[in-house]
Amino acid sequence: MSDNKDHGGFFDTGWRPSGDVHRDEDGRPHEHPGLQEDVGLGVRASRALAMHELLVEKGVLGENEVEEAIEAWSERVPSNGATLVAKAWADPEFKKRLLEHPKETVIESGFVPEHNADVIVLENTEDVQHMVVCTLCSCYPTALLGPPPDWYKSFSYRSRAVTEPRKVMSEFGLELEEETEVRVVDSNSELRFLVIPRRPEGTEGWSVEQLADLVNRNSMIGVAAATEPGTD
Amino acid sequence: MPAVHDRGGWPTDEPIDREEHEWADWERQTQSLRTVLDSRGIMNVDELRRGIESIEPAEYEASTYFERWSASIETNLVEKGVLTTEEIDERAKGLRDQWGYPE
Repeated sequence: MSDNKDHGGFFDTGWRPSGDVHRDEDGRPHEHPGLQEDVGLGVRASRALAMHELLVEKGVLGENEVEEAIEAWSERVPSNGATLVAKAWADPEFKKRLLEHPKETVIESGFVPEHNADVIVLENTEDVQHMVVCTLCSCYPTALLGPPPDWYKSFSYRSRAVTEPRKVMSEFGLELEEETEVRVVDSNSELRFLVIPRRPEGTEGWSVEQLADLVNRNSMIGVAAATEPGTD
Repeated sequence: MPAVHDRGGWPTDEPIDREEHEWADWERQTQSLRTVLDSRGIMNVDELRRGIESIEPAEYEASTYFERWSASIETNLVEKGVLTTEEIDERAKGLRDQWGYPE
């Protein structure tokens, strides 16, 4: 799956339920709910697994309920957002509607906003660059972009995004013109942002599918530009 | 000083590490456990956030992202009487005995 690189390996390895202990010929468990067999379980990891087991045993949760929720995450990928952006680039009427009625348009396009959060769509232009952060934690449009990357959740991004956004963008490879105004928007649990990056030049007449390939995840967070044609 | 979770504008010039870590199964499970608890009406996202924001500052800073989620889910489930600290202690110890302790 080509989107794997955007998830930090989220779907790279098979899910193994914590209670399903497989044993080798010597009776030793060889599946491991932690990161690696030789790492062991940290305190909070073991307590999370313990809570899940107890909730299932008490009948508070169904046996496969969490596993099914994990499966559902495979539907939440950056190509969802990329499709919306590409359609907006290709169709001015769709872009107008996406900007004016973002949540309705997201839902009509077949996506379900996470815990019914509101959505705002912001367009980057020659004059204005929007960049998204969640200074308090990690709020993010997961229905459109998947789980947030580690750097989005890091202390350094959360701190620096609001004080030196140009420098942060520069670290991501985006050098803005001095005249371009920078607007940093702070997400919260009830409101998530999707950025429409600037459409690369030389893409006139491209199909939505072709355009969507240029819409990388970071450009929809506003820290990077869309991919230039021929450089992917 | 702002609270420990309120990171916007904290003085730091630490570069942004863009390396993604490989997700452990327990992290995927913790992420989805929260989703399921929410859809069951047991704990919503604001309660998750309140639980995270009430973690002691030293632990908050030393913890990984999903370690904070684990702590918050526990705070909420114990407060609501869904689980007890003692039964989580006992089961977690059993799991660590089985799977090993980090060095």
